[in-house]
Amino acid sequence: MGSLAAALAAVDPVPWARGQMAFTLGFHIILVPLGVSWAFFTLIANYRALKHDDRDALLLAQRWSKYMAVTFAVGAVTGTVLSFEFGLLWPRFMGQWGDVFGIPFMFEGIFFFTEAIFISIYIFGWRRLRPWTHFWTGVPIVLAGIFGSASVVAANAWMNAPGGFTLDSDGNVVDVDPVQVIFNDSMPLQTAHMIIAAYLVGGFLVASVYATGMLRGRRDHYHRLGFVIAFSVAAVMTPIQLGVGDALARWVYDNQPAKFAAIELVPETGSDVPETLLGRLNDDGTVSGGFPIPGLASWLSDPSTGRDTVVQGLDAFPADERPTTRQVNIVHLAWDVMVGLGTLLFLLSVWYGVVWAFRRHMPQSRWFLRCAAASGVLAVIAMEAGWVVTEVGRQPWIVYGHMKVEDAATGNTGVWIMFVSVVVLYAALGTTLVLVLRGMSRRWRQGEGQREGDAPYGPRAPAERGAGAGAGREAESEEETVP
Amino acid sequence: MSTTVAIVLLAGIIAYAIFAGADFGAGFWDLVAGGPERGARPRAVIEHSVGPVWEANHVWLIFVFVVLWTSFPEAYASVTLTLFVPLAIAALGIVLRGAGFAFRKAVVRLEHRRVFGGAFALSSVLVPFALGAIAGGIASGRVPAGGRAGDPVDSWINPTSILGGVLAVAAVAYLAAAYLVWDARRLGDPEMAAYFRRRAVAAAVAVAVIGIIGLFVLRADAEYVYGELTSRALPVVLVSVAAGVGALVLLVRDAARGGRLLAVGAVASIVAAWGVAQWPYLLPESLKVSAAAAPDATLTTVLVVVGLAVLVVVPGFIVLYVLDQRGLLPEEGS
Repeated sequence: MGSLAAALAAVDPVPWARGQMAFTLGFHIILVPLGVSWAFFTLIANYRALKHDDRDALLLAQRWSKYMAVTFAVGAVTGTVLSFEFGLLWPRFMGQWGDVFGIPFMFEGIFFFTEAIFISIYIFGWRRLRPWTHFWTGVPIVLAGIFGSASVVAANAWMNAPGGFTLDSDGNVVDVDPVQVIFNDSMPLQTAHMIIAAYLVGGFLVASVYATGMLRGRRDHYHRLGFVIAFSVAAVMTPIQLGVGDALARWVYDNQPAKFAAIELVPETGSDVPETLLGRLNDDGTVSGGFPIPGLASWLSDPSTGRDTVVQGLDAFPADERPTTRQVNIVHLAWDVMVGLGTLLFLLSVWYGVVWAFRRHMPQSRWFLRCAAASGVLAVIAMEAGWVVTEVGRQPWIVYGHMKVEDAATGNTGVWIMFVSVVVLYAALGTTLVLVLRGMSRRWRQGEGQREGDAPYGPRAPAERGAGAGAGREAESEEETVP
Repeated sequence: MSTTVAIVLLAGIIAYAIFAGADFGAGFWDLVAGGPERGARPRAVIEHSVGPVWEANHVWLIFVFVVLWTSFPEAYASVTLTLFVPLAIAALGIVLRGAGFAFRKAVVRLEHRRVFGGAFALSSVLVPFALGAIAGGIASGRVPAGGRAGDPVDSWINPTSILGGVLAVAAVAYLAAAYLVWDARRLGDPEMAAYFRRRAVAAAVAVAVIGIIGLFVLRADAEYVYGELTSRALPVVLVSVAAGVGALVLLVRDAARGGRLLAVGAVASIVAAWGVAQWPYLLPESLKVSAAAAPDATLTTVLVVVGLAVLVVVPGFIVLYVLDQRGLLPEEGS
C-alpha cells in the first residue's frame, strides 16, 4: 500500500488535467449546438403553426421545447463544471491571465442569463401567454445562444491570438484593451465557424432522428416537417461553412504556422508542398503512408502564388515550441476527419437541394434517408475533430507564444481522482440523457402525455394504479392537452 | 474602483445565496419529505416552486466566478489551488443536482423518479455544505495568497468550515421553507402552508442556535473575522438578527408574505456581514482587495458589463418572477 500511495503521489497532474479538460469540453460541446440551434428550429415550427394553423407544427414546437429544456439543463450544469475547471485545473493560467481571458466571459454571462430566463418563460408559458407573445419570448433565446457562444469562442480565439494587453518587466498584465481582447485577430472567423457548426450539428442531429423514424415507416406530415425544418437549415449552412473553414485555415497559415504545419503534415519548410491525405509523421521527420496531392497545400494556402507558396514546416520551430510527433499525427488525422466529413455532408446537402429544386419536395429514397440518419453522428464527429485541431494544434501553448500548458496546470496530484469521477458521472449523465429523451419520444408516440400537477415522484392517481403493465402510464391522449 | 467591484462580487454572492439558496433549501425539504406517499404533497409544492426558476438562479454562481477571476485573478487562483476538494465536490454535486431535477420531470416510472429525485435532493444538501465550507476556509485565513497551495484537507475540514457548511445548509433550508409557505398558500393548499410553516420555524431556531455556537467557534478559530464581526460588521449582524427574529414572529403569526421578505433579509445580511467582516481582505490577512485587483481597464469593463446586465437581465428576471409568482407559468406545455 505504501508504494501505491507513493506512486499516486508521484502522478503527473498535467496529462490528467489535459484529459479532463478535453473530456468535459468534448462532452459539453455536443450539447451546445442543441442549445443554440434547437430554439431556432422550434421557433420555425412555432411560426408555421401560428401562421398556417398547422397542428402538427404546433405539436412539434411543443415537444421540441421540452427536449430543449432537458438538454439545456444538462448543458447548463456541464458548462458550470467548466467554469470550476478553469481554476481547478489551470490555476496558474487563471492567476496570470484571468483579468484578460475573463473579459469575454463577462459578456457570456449576460447572454447565458438571458437565455436561461427566456427559456424558462418560453417552456413554461405555452398555455398562459397569448400565442404570438409566447412566440416572441422565444426570439431572445436564439439571439442569446448565438451571442453567448460567440463570447465563449472569443475567449478561446484569444488563446490562439492573444492581444489587447501589455506585460510589465515582471510579466504581469498591466494594460488591458477590452475591445482588442474580445475582437482579437482570430475571433471573427473562429466564432463564425463555431456558430455555423452549431446550426449544422444541431440540424443534422435533429434531422437524423426524424430520418430514422421515416425509415421505420413513419412518413406522416409530422415527421416530414421535423425533418425538413432541421435539415434545411443545416443544408443551407453547409456550403457557407466550407467557405468560412477555408478562410480560417488561411488565417492559421498566416498566424499560427506551427499549427498549420501540423494540419498539413509538413515536416520541412518549402514550396510546392503536397496536400497529404491520411499518412503519419515519424519521429525522424519523414512522412509515411497517405496520399499526397502534389502542390495542393501550397496552392490552397495562397492561390495567388500557387504552387510557389512557401509553407513553414515543423523544422522552422524549436522542438519545445511545436506539437510533438504524436500531437502532429492527432491534429492531422483530426483535420482529415473534419474536412472529409464536412465534404460528405456538403454532398448530402447538394443532393437534398437538387431534388428540392426539381421536384419541390425532399428526396424520398431510402438511401437518402439512410445517409441523413447517419448525418447527425457524422456532424458531431466532424465538430469534435475540429476542436481537436484547434486545441491540440496549439500545443505546447495554452496562450499562444506566451504561456505553455505545463506552466499553467495545477500541481495538485489528485487531479486523476476528479478525472475518474467526472468520467463516471458524465457517462451516466450522457446515457441517461439519451434514454430520457428517447423515453419522452416513445411515450409521446404511444399517445401518452405526462399528467400535469403530478407530484414529481409521488404515487399515480388512484385510477391508474394497479392497471397491470400499464400502471404508471398516462391514459390521457396528447391531443387533448394541446391548447 | 476595486472596492466597487468587490461590492458587486458580494452582491453576486448574496444574490446566489438567496435565489439559488432557496432552491437548494427546497431540495433539502424534498430530501426529508419522506417516502413517495407521504412526501407527494410537499414535493408537488417544491417542484412547482423550483421548476421555472432554478436555471436562471444558478447563473449567479457563474457570475460570481467570472467576476472573481476577471477582477481578482490571483485570489481565484489561490482559492482553486487550495480548496480543490470542496470545489470539486460542489461541481460534481451541481451536475448531479441539475441533471437529477431535469430528468425527474422527464421520466414516468416511480422508481426512476425516486433515483433522480434522490440525486437532486442529496446534492441539494451536499453543494451548499461544500460552498459554506469553502467560505469558512477563506474566512479563517486558511487560503494563502501568491500561488501557493494551502493544506488540501485542513483548509476545508476545520471548525470554521464545518460551521460554514452547516450554517449554509440550515440557512437555505430556512429560506426555502419561508418561501414554500407562501407558495403553498398561493396554490391554495393551507395544509401544506402549515406544514412548511412549522418547518420554517424549526429551521429559524436551528439557524439561531448554530449562529450562537458559531460566534464561539469563530472566536477560537477565525480571529480576524470574529473581531470585525463584533465591531465594524456589528450593525449588519444586528440587522440580520432583527430580520430573523421579525421573520420568526411573522411566521408564527402566519403572515407568510412578510415572513418571506424578512427571511430573505436575514440570510442576505448574514452573507453581507461576512463580506464586511473580511474587508479590506479578499483572503483574510494575506491578500487585500486592492492588491489583488486587475488592471483598471478590466475593472471598468466588469462594471460596464454589470451595468449592461442590470439593463438587460434584470427586466427579464423580473418578468420571469412576476409570471412565476402570478401563477402564469403553471406547468410545462405538453
